[in-house]
Amino acid sequence: MNRLRSRHVLGISHLEPDEITYILDSAEALKGILDRPIKKVPPLRGRTVVHLFFEPSTRTKLSFELAAKRLSADTVGITASASSVVKGETLIDTARNIEAMKPDVIVMRHPMSGAPHIMSRYVDAAVINAGDGTNEHPSQALLDLMTVRQHLGRLDGLNITIIGDILHSRVAHSDILAFTKMGSRVTVCGPATMLPPDISALGARVIYCVKEAIRDADVIIALRIQKERQGRSLIPSSREYATFFGINRQTLEYANPDALIMHPGPINRGVEMSPDVADCDHSVILDQVTNGVAVRMALLSVLLAEPERADQKNIVDESTGGEHGA
Amino acid sequence: MEHNIKAGTKGGPGLLLKNGHIIDPFSNTEVDGSVLVRDGKIQEVGNPESIPEGCLVIDLQGKWIVPGLIDMHVHLREPGEEYKETIESGTRAAAAGGFTAVACMPNTNPVNDSSDTTRFILDRARDAGFARVYPVASITKGLGGDELTEFGDLLENGAVAFSDDGLPVRDAGVMRLALDYARNFNALIISHSEEPELVAGGVMNEGAVSTQLGLKGIPAAAEHIAIFRDTAIAELTGSRLHIAHVSTAGGVEIIRNAKRRGVKITAETAPHYFSLTEEAVIGYNTFAKMNPPLRTEEDRLAIIQGLRDGTLDAIATDHAPHSVLEKECEFALAMNGITGLETSLALSLELVRQAHISPMDMVRLMSTNPASILGVNGGTLKVGEVADITVIDPDFKWVVTENGFISKSHNSPFIGKEMQGRAEFVIVGGKIVQAAK
Ligand SMILES: [Zn+2]
Ligand SMILES: [Zn+2]
Repeated sequence: MNRLRSRHVLGISHLEPDEITYILDSAEALKGILDRPIKKVPPLRGRTVVHLFFEPSTRTKLSFELAAKRLSADTVGITASASSVVKGETLIDTARNIEAMKPDVIVMRHPMSGAPHIMSRYVDAAVINAGDGTNEHPSQALLDLMTVRQHLGRLDGLNITIIGDILHSRVAHSDILAFTKMGSRVTVCGPATMLPPDISALGARVIYCVKEAIRDADVIIALRIQKERQGRSLIPSSREYATFFGINRQTLEYANPDALIMHPGPINRGVEMSPDVADCDHSVILDQVTNGVAVRMALLSVLLAEPERADQKNIVDESTGGEHGA
Repeated sequence: MEHNIKAGTKGGPGLLLKNGHIIDPFSNTEVDGSVLVRDGKIQEVGNPESIPEGCLVIDLQGKWIVPGLIDMHVHLREPGEEYKETIESGTRAAAAGGFTAVACMPNTNPVNDSSDTTRFILDRARDAGFARVYPVASITKGLGGDELTEFGDLLENGAVAFSDDGLPVRDAGVMRLALDYARNFNALIISHSEEPELVAGGVMNEGAVSTQLGLKGIPAAAEHIAIFRDTAIAELTGSRLHIAHVSTAGGVEIIRNAKRRGVKITAETAPHYFSLTEEAVIGYNTFAKMNPPLRTEEDRLAIIQGLRDGTLDAIATDHAPHSVLEKECEFALAMNGITGLETSLALSLELVRQAHISPMDMVRLMSTNPASILGVNGGTLKVGEVADITVIDPDFKWVVTENGFISKSHNSPFIGKEMQGRAEFVIVGGKIVQAAK
């Protein structure tokens, strides 16, 4: 395989396992660049990446921007507010305007599910979904996969437990699809007010008790909690959440002693996770951040690679004389 | 073929529809024969012995002659949103779809909550000269949900029923007042039944597909609760209630039970609820966004069963035209609704072809029952009745295309679909308002 079947990366739901492996292998190969004194290679020289963010984001935007710059692409950032149909510019108008500037890639974040899918129908550029509403956040799931593969050496046959607001989390959605596609079993746990209907449709099972949910888990992913949604409290209090769903030393006693602890950030310390757990030996939260840049570099280079030089080895070889990531 | 389209109207030489297959649910007859129309009325049914001189004779070669189809739930958008549809374009689209009459909902701007607006709609419809229009006035002033409109005055000026469609009547107490007051006039209340606190910003059916797409769902329970509430109030008041656009299996069951108890309710569903499921939304297809939303296969089959066993009385389109701008956007921002007038007949004929319902059932659901529920003319081919007639070619094959719509809007999830069956002639008061090319 030397390219993806689709021109866009809209979600894990559109990727096959071999494509996911290909992206992860590319990310491993590119990761080495991040440890060098001069963290820049030329493959995307002359290419333009537009970061179109309709929703505030510090981490994801920074990570995508760094990824593009490491590969020598020109980057432009546009922060827009999600316009409504009646006032302001419509999404389609925005798409056509940006398209007229001939970018190669549009990295897009939007508060409404499906917005990147709609954008992709109106542009020639490749669209990377950097998070759409409560739908997907594929690059986050890919960096989670990469982190787990680095630490545990495989992605099949693992028990993955995701705890928190599954309903409103695009990370959970993409993670469930990604780990399931790679052959692992995903369990979700959280207040039932934060669990989506028919989650088995995504391939996950629900366990209501956190201690049971993390039993035999190889990986525990805690998600950020937002107490209120549309004026209603989904949980009685943060305190109650921390008591029944938070990850702390006591709950971890029920988990596999080597279980990895992950969190897409930013963490509400003391709510989703006690501070000592977030900083413990098994926490790989900072590796997730580093891998985020590598995965996003891989996405850009995989989407933009010329067919004849699609092999990531070549990109690295050109600039380093054959040094590969582990 | 050039016809004297007014041959069957007052003072004309007459119009003979010859060699047809006559289906009249009102008299429960289905025979081969001819229908003679004169002076805007049905003069003879069967095989007329003498044909008036100069009479226009059309040989139908076995096509169906049925009482004019009536769509009891459409949105014509005028006054106020003429960029989506006008009374002229909407009634032309209705005729193209085989309808001789439509009942239009009051959620216009201004709202049809006064006799002025009702008369304006009727004037416009008369000027247009295509399908008849029966205005439905709002239950509450300005669709505000609290103060009743002047039912008596509105009825005297041509309104045929009352509905706050687009919105449910949120307050059960107001719904009770409306149903109580309606008894004075034997008026019909049409309910858009959904519990808004459970809809709560939902944009499609709640279930596996909404989870897959990360879209906020509307549970079927939102419809169940509201239909149950409204039937319970109708039972309490003994008034006539009609439930609009039933979309769920549970809704059908609640109505079936209420009818069994003798509650005076009737109900309709729309072609999209028996033709499509929530899967049509996949890909964030805004043309499949409507309210109530497309449901599951189980619901779809229950809707068909409801049409078969008479729990559901009518097929109505909930024709809801929207401009491209209101549909080519983020799914959550897209407006609810699809255009339905021009695809309804072919989709309903599909139920006949699949042997779910008979041709007679279909005509009952699309003509006879809507006429009797609304208390308007038509719905039968009885001699002496007004000559509102639809001639159907059940076999004609065609494809739905964006540019093929007569309606000003083309927000249809059926674009690209192959259809079978169309209206060959549509006759309103003896006048041929639509002749298929
Ligand atoms: Zn409605
Ligand atoms: Zn409606």
